[in-house]
Amino acid sequence: MAKKDSFERPDGRAVDETRKMSAKVGVVENADGSAMFSFGDTVAIAAVYGPRKMHPQHMQDMEKGTLRYNYNMFSFSVTERIRPGPSRRSQEISKISQWAIEPVVMIDKFPGNVIDVYVSIIQANASTRCAGINAAALALAHAGIPMKDMVSSVSIGKLDKQLVVDLSKAEEDWEEGEGATDIPITMTGDGKITHIQLDGKIETKQLKEAVRLARKACKDIYEIQKKALKESVDLKEK
Amino acid sequence: METPRINQDRIRKYLEQGKRFDGRKFDEFREITIETGASKKAEGSARVKIGNTEVIVGVKMDLATPYPDSPDKGNLMVTAELLPLSSDRFESGPPSIESIELARIIDRMIRESKFIELDKLCIKEGEKVWNIFIDIYSINADGNLLDAAGIGTVAALKNAKIPKYDKETEKVVFGEWTNEKLPVKKETPLSITFHKIGNHFIVDPTQEEEDASETRVTIGSSDGVISSMQKGNHVPLSVEELDHIFDMSEKAWKYLISKIEKHLK
Repeated sequence: MAKKDSFERPDGRAVDETRKMSAKVGVVENADGSAMFSFGDTVAIAAVYGPRKMHPQHMQDMEKGTLRYNYNMFSFSVTERIRPGPSRRSQEISKISQWAIEPVVMIDKFPGNVIDVYVSIIQANASTRCAGINAAALALAHAGIPMKDMVSSVSIGKLDKQLVVDLSKAEEDWEEGEGATDIPITMTGDGKITHIQLDGKIETKQLKEAVRLARKACKDIYEIQKKALKESVDLKEK
Repeated sequence: METPRINQDRIRKYLEQGKRFDGRKFDEFREITIETGASKKAEGSARVKIGNTEVIVGVKMDLATPYPDSPDKGNLMVTAELLPLSSDRFESGPPSIESIELARIIDRMIRESKFIELDKLCIKEGEKVWNIFIDIYSINADGNLLDAAGIGTVAALKNAKIPKYDKETEKVVFGEWTNEKLPVKKETPLSITFHKIGNHFIVDPTQEEEDASETRVTIGSSDGVISSMQKGNHVPLSVEELDHIFDMSEKAWKYLISKIEKHLK
C-alpha cells in the first residue's frame, strides 16, 4: 500500500502522517464551551452557546432539540481575501458539519431548545472543515452537553496514485499525474462514519483503503481531543 | 405535506419484506423520459422526468475573463432553484440550503469528472474564455430531484451548441448559434444517490420514501471511476455499509446509462 520511502510529500511527511496537531479548550470566555483545534497551519476555533430557547418560536421542535452549526472563514485566513459573510460554500459546509456531529449529541434531551455551534477558521491551509468539526466536538464536550461519543475528522488525499493522510494546501493543488483527490471524513469513536465527501478521481478499491486510513488517523485525533479535555479538568481541580 | 410517521414505518416494514410500495426492486429506477431542446433560447436544455419527478435544466454561455490560475480554460457555474410551483414544501425567497447543496453536488460531479472540455473554450488566453452556466429548475418534486438534476444536466450539455461570436465586435451574438457542439467527453458521468432506510439501501426514492430515508450517499461516477461523493443527513454508516454502497455504485451506473443512452445521442 504505502510506499513510504518512494513518495515525497511537499513538507516531507510520511504518507500516513498528519501534520502536527494541537487542541485546547476554554478559548472563548463568554461561551458555554469552546475550543481550538489545528492541523499544522490550519487553525479553527469553535464556541458553543446553549442549550437555550429556540427563536423564532415557530422553528422550535417540541420532540427534540436543534443543533445549529455555522462555519465561516476569516477574510484574511487565505492568501486571496474572501469577502466577509456567508457564501454558498460556507453554507454547505455548515450543513454537512451539522450532520457530522449531530448523531453523537443527545439533542432529545433538549426539546424546544437549540445548541448553537459557531466555528471560525482563523488560518487556512486546507482541511478547514475537518479542523472545524474537531474543534466543535471539543467545544460541545467542554460545554458539558451530553454526548454519546466523540467525533473526529480528517482529510484523506490521493496525489496522483498515492493515498496520503491530512491534505495540506500544496497537496490540494497537486497537478502531477491524476492530480489531487480530496476526501474529508468524520468518524465516531466507535468507527461509524457520520460525514464523507469526495472530489477528484478514484476507483472503488482505493476508496475503500482511504476509509480505512481515515479510521486510523481519527483514532489518533481522538487521543488529542481527549487529552485537551482532560487537561482542562485537571486545571479546574487544581 | 410531510409524510406521516405511520407511512414512514410502513415503508420500513415493507422493505424488511423486500418490497417497495410501487413494486420496484431496491436497485430499480422509475420510468425515465428525457426531452432535449426543452427551452429554445438556451444554448442547450433538457426536461427530465423520473416517475412524477420533473426538472428542466438549461445551459447558457457568455464570454468572460478567465481566472488567473486557469488563463486558458472556460469556467463553470451551477445553480439550482427548488421552485414553489413544484411542491408545497418550497417557499419563495433566498436560496435554501437544499438548493445550494443540490447545485454544488451536481457542480462537483461535472467539474471533477472533467466532462466539459474547458480547455477547448478559450478564445484568447488570459483575456477571453467561454463561461458555462448550468441552471436547474424543479417542475414537480416527487423524490430524487438530485439524480434527475444530474441526468438533466448531462443531457442539456450534450445537446448544447456554441453561440455565434462576432470577431470584429468581439461580442456574442445571442440567439444565433454555430453548428459547433459544446465539447464534452464521451464518458458520461452520472450522479446516483443511495438511501438507507432501516437495514436496506434503495435508489430513486419517491417523496414518501425520501422522507423515510435516514441517510443518503450520492456518488458521481463514470464506468467505475468515482469523481464525487457526498453523504447527507444524520444517521451514521458503518465502514461495511459504505463498502457496500461503493460496490453498488458501479452496477448502478451501468444500469442507469443503459436506460438513458438512447436519449443522449
